[in-house]
Amino acid sequence: MTALPPDLTQSAIDTEIAKAQAAAHAGDHPPRDFPPYRGSALRHPTHPLIPVRDPEAVELTGPAFGVTDVTDLDRDLTRHHAGEPLGERITVTGRVLDRRGRPVRGQLVEIWQANASGRYAHQRDQHPAPLDPNFTGFGRCLTDDEGRYSFTTIRPGAYPWRNHTNAWRPAHIHFSLFGEAFTQRLVTQMYFPGDPLLPLDPILQSVTDPAARDRLVAAYDHGLSVPEWSLGYRWDIVLDGPAATWAENEEDDR
Amino acid sequence: MSPAPTPSHTVGPFFGYALPFTGGADVAPPHHPDTLTLRGRVLDGDGQPVPDAIVETWQPAPDGSRTGAPGSMRRDAVTGRVVGRHGADFTGFGRVATDADGHWLVRTLPPGGVPYVCVAVFARGLLHHLYTRAYLVDDPDDALLAALPPRRRATLLARPEPGTPRVHRFDVRLQGAGETVFLEFP
Repeated sequence: MTALPPDLTQSAIDTEIAKAQAAAHAGDHPPRDFPPYRGSALRHPTHPLIPVRDPEAVELTGPAFGVTDVTDLDRDLTRHHAGEPLGERITVTGRVLDRRGRPVRGQLVEIWQANASGRYAHQRDQHPAPLDPNFTGFGRCLTDDEGRYSFTTIRPGAYPWRNHTNAWRPAHIHFSLFGEAFTQRLVTQMYFPGDPLLPLDPILQSVTDPAARDRLVAAYDHGLSVPEWSLGYRWDIVLDGPAATWAENEEDDR
Repeated sequence: MSPAPTPSHTVGPFFGYALPFTGGADVAPPHHPDTLTLRGRVLDGDGQPVPDAIVETWQPAPDGSRTGAPGSMRRDAVTGRVVGRHGADFTGFGRVATDADGHWLVRTLPPGGVPYVCVAVFARGLLHHLYTRAYLVDDPDDALLAALPPRRRATLLARPEPGTPRVHRFDVRLQGAGETVFLEFP
């Protein structure tokens, strides 16, 4: 592995984050060009996006998923192997809504994550933390009629990455979501409340609006904890999308 | 009051055991005579391949319907494994990770009623996915193509590969010379 510049310390990155946040327009989504996240440097377009306002655009529709695409076991990541994974068993649940606050029904939710020691079941993850033979860390479910999803898993560990010296990603679960339209597609990450790494992470801090960042942090919900079994977290998700998708189907409102 | 949207984040480098699925590239039924191959590379601002991107495609069925049948990730009832589409219904959805050389490929049927396949690109380093379109036909009546200067318009054309019938080439350049036109839907 190539050595990182010795002066690329956390405090140098913190300074860069403050500067990049001050320069950015406040928005719900991160700017694609966020220099403290080094990986973004060569992977963001420099031309403005071209707006498409065609009401017949195919992107205003999207793929469908159903009972043939998921199994009941998919939502319980602790039951994908013969034995129990190590770690703190948790449930994560919430509702998926569109910009009008309507439930997103019958759509696919996918998650993936590191194991309890902060290691992904991926050959390119070289973090010297143990793999868990009883944990892969991938799950799927469909949202129900109220837009609810639910997963049982273990709390993932934090892990180091090579953005700068002593860089650590806060514990997080990756989420991938579909809405009714391809334009509503969302890939994001859920964080855990109270994690001391949150302010240090260039990826979370790429969301420059503090209120928007807070929406990526789940809430511990004692009512969701199951006695002598698991701790519960609640995280609601709102899919963005063009005005065209949130103005249609008024009669579907409940 | 409309709720505020959940922010996007990068897909990261380690989606490979989660998002790609068996048959994700096979949108067309096996051996269908109308099958066309859409292939290309994802390249960064230095023109280097992006080996940790994932490309999704969405399109109408050949008859123009845009409802997309479920079953892209059809499962085996006994083992739970993804066995892929059964091929009788057209799901319209493709998903494929780039390989070590940044290549991706889907086999699909011609979209009905429009000259393009919708493309979404996700990658490590990309904080918010990008939408573009692979135009299989350079349609002079298409409003999006018509509004673009020629050099930019060319980035949306999936060109037939010489000597290989029914294969279209569509490279995605995230940045720099020949940067692909990316779209937003306000």
